[in-house]
Amino acid sequence: MADLLIHQLLIPVAYIVAIVLPLVIAVAMFVYWERKIIGWMHVRLGPNTIGPWGLLQAFADVVKLLIKEVILPTNANRFLYYMAPLLALIPALAAWAVVPFSSRMVLSNANAGVLYLLAMTSLGVYGIILAGWSSNSRYALLGAMRSAAQVISYELAMGLCLVCVLVLAGSLNLSDIVNAQAGSKGFLDWFWLPLLPVFVIYFIAGVAETNRAPFDVAEGESEIVAGFHVEYSGSAFAIFFLAEYANMILVSFLASILFMGGWLSPLQGWIHIDAPGWINWIWTGGFIWLFIKAFVFAFMFLWFRATFPRYRYDQIMRLGWKVLIPIGIVWVLVAGCMKYFGIVGV
Amino acid sequence: MKRITSYFKSLLLLELLQGMGLTMRYLFKPKYTMRYPIEHIPKSNRFRGLHALRRYANGEERCIACKLCEAVCPALAITIDSAPRESDGQRRTTRYDIDLFKCIYCGFCEESCPVDSIVETNIHEYHFERRSESVVTKMQLLAIGDRFEQQIAADRAQDAAYR
Repeated sequence: MADLLIHQLLIPVAYIVAIVLPLVIAVAMFVYWERKIIGWMHVRLGPNTIGPWGLLQAFADVVKLLIKEVILPTNANRFLYYMAPLLALIPALAAWAVVPFSSRMVLSNANAGVLYLLAMTSLGVYGIILAGWSSNSRYALLGAMRSAAQVISYELAMGLCLVCVLVLAGSLNLSDIVNAQAGSKGFLDWFWLPLLPVFVIYFIAGVAETNRAPFDVAEGESEIVAGFHVEYSGSAFAIFFLAEYANMILVSFLASILFMGGWLSPLQGWIHIDAPGWINWIWTGGFIWLFIKAFVFAFMFLWFRATFPRYRYDQIMRLGWKVLIPIGIVWVLVAGCMKYFGIVGV
Repeated sequence: MKRITSYFKSLLLLELLQGMGLTMRYLFKPKYTMRYPIEHIPKSNRFRGLHALRRYANGEERCIACKLCEAVCPALAITIDSAPRESDGQRRTTRYDIDLFKCIYCGFCEESCPVDSIVETNIHEYHFERRSESVVTKMQLLAIGDRFEQQIAADRAQDAAYR
């Protein structure tokens, strides 16, 4: 019985904590880093007072938000109003179950990993829609409708990008997808090269999917105040924040895994030196490479936000339906041909 | 033809990449932010801040109650009463109030003063906790003058050549 308890309960919970806790800390540091980077790009300093170089700023914000009151609007639907933040957060965290950090470090090496990811990232939008609807405010409802339409349209483009990857890798398993990118030509073996347009589309769709600038009409401060979370305060607002940033980090990791060879080293097959184990990861690959790549992509999110003004709503729809999806469809055929004639792929 | 080339240019995201290059350059530029309570921007020696009444080196107050400052003050912020001093019968102020809420820091009082008594120091960080505190009295003004005399004298000396 005790054995069963340990294997069925304690070890899985320990695994989950081992992923979620660093993730939450990463979100806090990502918020700090975002404010820093955007500050620097505005020729400001960014947060620099709390802790050394302002490093504790995000934690101070979290404490502030947790202490504040969660206000329930009079006409809100009580149950859904409290459920919505959780509906946004849970898929954002659950998606991490299938992310392979290295060849051995993966919580669930699911065979249908990509399918599971698609399902989880689409579920997140329910949290947003319900938040907007249940708070019974016009701004929130507008934000929710915008975000629903946007996420659904960009999901298609993102799905087409994933199809291209699946065609080349021949598997839905994320670890197999990374292994399919292994080879002897360094980073030229990865899927970003044959799938370059799709890679760009994937990242653009990822930015739109997470409702980030320049596609953040769901929040649209200048028009609809704060969009779907305008009525939320305190810890409920903090949970939306957490979900949004966890999704951003997830998209960064997926971009690295699907197109940039995951944990593989960009020097694979080019140089190999027999060195002590702690330095070997540089050419044999390891989770540090994945983290470096994901960091670069996460930085791109902030870079976009500091650079681009918000798209108009109809422009977003035009870009999604009339530009990204056609290119995606064409490239599915191109990828199929590349696979059929044996140019790339396993 | 032009439309087709511009279409392909927009597909290559060239303009977006240009914008990103611009923000990336700004990322490394030196920052303008002054971390205010820690850092200060340099102040001119002609800066007109909080007022002060000065004394001569022997400790005698300079002000002779001529009321020129009261007359010139465009905001009517200065109120002066005068009477012969009891000890030696010299004409002195019995009351010298400046309402800092009325004051517009124009510096006319300082310019009009024949004995360089009323001056505006370069102090600009001060506050009141009660409404009545906005009126600074003669004793307060003299105390400010005593405390910052070195700075006041140095600023005046620096500017003397241009007056």
